[in-house]
Amino acid sequence: MAEFESRGCRLGRIELRGEWAGRCSLVVNRQQGDDGEGGDAPSASLRASSLDSRRDAGATIGVLGHNSFPMNSPLQDGLAIEFRNVVYRPANGQEIVSGLNLEVRRGETLVLLGRSGSGKTTTLKLINDLVSPTSGQVLVEGRATTEWDPIRLRRGIGYVIQDAGLFPHFTVERNIGLVPSIEKWPVERTRQRVLELLQVVGLEAGMASRYPRELSGGQRQRVGVARALAADPPILLMDEPFGALDPLTRADLQREFLALQKRIHKTVVFVTHDLREAILLGTRIALMEAGKLVTALATEEFVRSHDPLVKRYMEAFGAPTGNGCEVQHERAAVRDSESQ
Amino acid sequence: MNVLQFVIQNHNEVLELTLEHLWMVVISTLFAVVIGIPLGILITRRPGWNKPVLGTVNVIQVIPSLALFGFLLPVPWIGASSERLAVLALTLYALLPLIRNTYAGIKGVDPAVVEAGRGMGMTDRQLLWQVQLPLALGVIIAGVRVATVISVGLATMAGMIGAGGLGEYIYRGLSMVNNQVILAGAIPAAALALLADVTLGWLERRLSPA
Repeated sequence: MAEFESRGCRLGRIELRGEWAGRCSLVVNRQQGDDGEGGDAPSASLRASSLDSRRDAGATIGVLGHNSFPMNSPLQDGLAIEFRNVVYRPANGQEIVSGLNLEVRRGETLVLLGRSGSGKTTTLKLINDLVSPTSGQVLVEGRATTEWDPIRLRRGIGYVIQDAGLFPHFTVERNIGLVPSIEKWPVERTRQRVLELLQVVGLEAGMASRYPRELSGGQRQRVGVARALAADPPILLMDEPFGALDPLTRADLQREFLALQKRIHKTVVFVTHDLREAILLGTRIALMEAGKLVTALATEEFVRSHDPLVKRYMEAFGAPTGNGCEVQHERAAVRDSESQ
Repeated sequence: MNVLQFVIQNHNEVLELTLEHLWMVVISTLFAVVIGIPLGILITRRPGWNKPVLGTVNVIQVIPSLALFGFLLPVPWIGASSERLAVLALTLYALLPLIRNTYAGIKGVDPAVVEAGRGMGMTDRQLLWQVQLPLALGVIIAGVRVATVISVGLATMAGMIGAGGLGEYIYRGLSMVNNQVILAGAIPAAALALLADVTLGWLERRLSPA
């Protein structure tokens, strides 16, 4: 396992100097040790067999297998979402998204990172057509969002927002079962699915009859994630889902999200302004500023990027540029503990 | 002779007028609900419509009730019967609180909740019936409550145009300069208003989410 992390940090060791270099080489040693003891398969074959393992992983926990969406086509590598020269300008206002070109590959977790007002939430809403491009196209599974029936499109895309946006007058069960119920699933199947999902997000079955106001912030957010996963959409949009949580709960949910994503391999687009969260969760990070894409790089390249804006962002979070191994260490640890 | 004696002596007539009064209020409030709530919903769906609609019902509201009866008198079928006239006038007055509260109730639903619903692929109709109306119900019932209480008071004006109801005692008492007769109309009317207020207030609390 951990081809990605070990490769990242090995490169890190070459480049880094001083105290950070010391920390990163520690990470590398740990990684190598784990690799040795665990006797994992070589990384190359891990990549190649990812399609099969993806299907297996899904089947065993029962998260996949309710394919009712046209976009749930055969598992294949490729683009799930594509922005082509997308401009969004509200009826009487300034451009919020300008000339955006961005691709989201199937199964990756793309983090849209940027400060408030940089257009990342709007970018997210362009994907499920809550906002339509003024010009340009957003392709979801190869088809422009404007050509999709918006209802079909949205039911195939899970949507998680800050504070969960749960329906206050619905119980947890009805909240999670919302999309199945409007998709007219049989009642018993919806019920089963809800119980299954409560388990997936780490909530007790007894929570099903509670109302959102009777839950803690962290529990509500878990319900929000479960609700988004209910009809097993291939794509998941998450808009600062952990932003309103206390640091400890947030760390828990981030860790669980990583573990979950490792099993279900959704295509995830994740909006955050928190660099640490971006590095921890993203396989790729797209930095946005004033409606424009600054850069979109694999996480390990992002943390070493010499782009001035990336560097400024890194400095703002108290990390000397060229680091990132600390967080990647955390991430590797999560993956290790999950695989045991 | 005090009020109580008067009421006891004329209990049949008091009951009849009270029921007439109640009937006018119930019928006109029902009409107002049937017209006002859909209209209130409609103006949340058509952005340009809320100002003209709310403006119109606002204007109706400020027409003095006596003048409104006068305006409606020449209307063909309506003007021919004082009961119809009274019910129409009461309906018109009840529209404002209903339309305004329906509109405000739906607009007041947390936009994040509505957006979450839309983002999950709910149709406009599903959003309305499953999310917006249930969450706005308390505010809408509050509108019904205000409309009903106003109607109970206004329906006394119907006595003046011979449409019956407890207003009849009030006007009879006024012309006879007899306080007992006035009170025999006013006290049951006030009791009706209180009763409507308490009942609908209870319903409002029951139906308000969280």
